[in-house]
Amino acid sequence: MGYFLQQLINGLTLGMIYGLIAIGYTMVYGIIGMINFAHGEIFMIGAFISIITFLALGLVGVGWVPLALLIVLLATMLLTSVYGWALERVAYRPLRSSPRLAALITAIGMSIFLQNYVQLLQGARNKPLQPVITGGMRFLEDGEFAVNFSFLQMLIIALTIALMIGFTLLINRTALGRSQRACQQDLGMAALIGIDVDRTISLTFIMGASLASVAGLMFLLNYGVIDFYIGFLAGVKAFTAAVLGGIGSVPGAMLGGLLIGLIEAFWSAYFSVEYKDVAAFAILVLVLIFRPTGLLGKPDVEKV
Amino acid sequence: MSVLRVEGLHAGYGHIEALHGVDIDVAEGEIVTLIGANGAGKSTLLMSICGNPRASRGRIEFLGEDITRLPTHAIVRRGLAQSPEGRRIFPFMSVLENLQMGASTTDARHFDADLERVFTLYPILRERRQQRAGTLSGGEQQMLAIGRALMSRPKLLLLDEPSLGLAPLLVRQIFSVIREINVRDRVTVFLVEQNAYHALRLAHRGYVMANGKIVLSGSGQDLLANPEIRKAYLEGGR
Ligand SMILES: Nc1ncnc2c1ncn2[C@@H]1O[C@H](COP(=O)(O)OP(=O)(O)OP(=O)(O)O)[C@@H](O)[C@H]1O
Ligand SMILES: [Mg+2]
Repeated sequence: MGYFLQQLINGLTLGMIYGLIAIGYTMVYGIIGMINFAHGEIFMIGAFISIITFLALGLVGVGWVPLALLIVLLATMLLTSVYGWALERVAYRPLRSSPRLAALITAIGMSIFLQNYVQLLQGARNKPLQPVITGGMRFLEDGEFAVNFSFLQMLIIALTIALMIGFTLLINRTALGRSQRACQQDLGMAALIGIDVDRTISLTFIMGASLASVAGLMFLLNYGVIDFYIGFLAGVKAFTAAVLGGIGSVPGAMLGGLLIGLIEAFWSAYFSVEYKDVAAFAILVLVLIFRPTGLLGKPDVEKV
Repeated sequence: MSVLRVEGLHAGYGHIEALHGVDIDVAEGEIVTLIGANGAGKSTLLMSICGNPRASRGRIEFLGEDITRLPTHAIVRRGLAQSPEGRRIFPFMSVLENLQMGASTTDARHFDADLERVFTLYPILRERRQQRAGTLSGGEQQMLAIGRALMSRPKLLLLDEPSLGLAPLLVRQIFSVIREINVRDRVTVFLVEQNAYHALRLAHRGYVMANGKIVLSGSGQDLLANPEIRKAYLEGGR
């Protein structure tokens, strides 16, 4: 029981991180019908900006953890957004009316480019960070084993839930969110009622990047070490999560993320750590066989 | 004063040209209709006025200003609204949200009054305002498409076959609302129709399009009386 609970906590934490990244995939796909393969690298850049900001704050002597966290959070959201915005502006927008394959290849190219860019600037070696948030709660103590719910995990879960609530309100209740949904449903019609489609797409990339940057910060805090390559696997898994949940659906992305996180945690705990990635993909294949639109995806038939 | 002036417009899709030099003039306060067979290029003209597909040659003026090269959103923000072919309401949004989308470029202070106006024209939309637009009937979707266009307070309303697929009673209702919008709200209307009889009776003037060109124009009465028109577009009509 205790062991199970521990894996549940670990899986949820991991799932939150995947879910935050997955939203970026799903929103961009929803609007321009393209898989932004460089989105994993945006997440990686978010983690790098976080570590650089932490180190810089250490240098100027900002030692109070809540303040430091807040500054890092804002800095990485802001700066990573600039990368997300520039990515769309420079690489994707000129190809908006080209065949999809061109955009897809460009996205893969941008992914490789961004990896190399960070490798060049930051070096290929691991970047470690001293634990920032330590301690936690122990319960269900039973001999040697106790369930450990760390303060960091609580923070990750709480912050993600807060972001999700804010984000859902933004999409459902504000004029900007309405414009985004309109663009998702009919880009040409959205333009026809005066929506600046380019601007809406830019904002979508900015939102996706800022959520991914928070995931990057969480990843950094959780694992304490990053390198220029972390965007690849995290990106693939988050993409899997988006497809699993139903690509184009924001709640689906979050649900898919949680499921992938949980599958990974339980699989490594009860079966074998080596095959944890395979497990997630196997589940994906199964779901797509029985529900091609993903768990919460809408079938396209209603698009009259 | 001329609200819309199209001169020598060429436009098409890729290498295929659909409009081969179209001239149109719509004056303030008019209802002008455009009729023509399937595939003549009517919808292409309406869309091209809004910048998509873009004019490859020619000039489009709205309220005296050259809009030929402006992006779509900038064109419609100048006071032009279109209820396009196929209605294209946002199916996963509620009726109310669709109307809010229509108003997204106008001053929020007008919103309540404009909404009330649309609900007065189409009371069924008030009843259905929380319903998902994709689940509305065809006629209700058409009303919503027109209502959404009206929410932007247009000076010029472009309507693409608003009567398509509707029962005769609804067709009459749609046309009487168009007249009311024109008279009461002083909206200039450019109406594309297959239903030539109703359209020509309603309109002050009409154009006939064939194969991407204007082949005939005149007052609604004259066109209705024209034997060629009768033969081509009205035989079998009421
Ligand atoms: N998206 C498109 N891509 C390629 N060709 C198109 C496209 N839309 C229309 N066309 C072509 O352009 C020509 C004009 O079509 P358009 O839709 O403007 O005609 P229409 O007069 O509106 O016809 P209808 O009365 O059937 O609506 C047709 O030959 C049509 O096949
Ligand atoms: Mg048409």
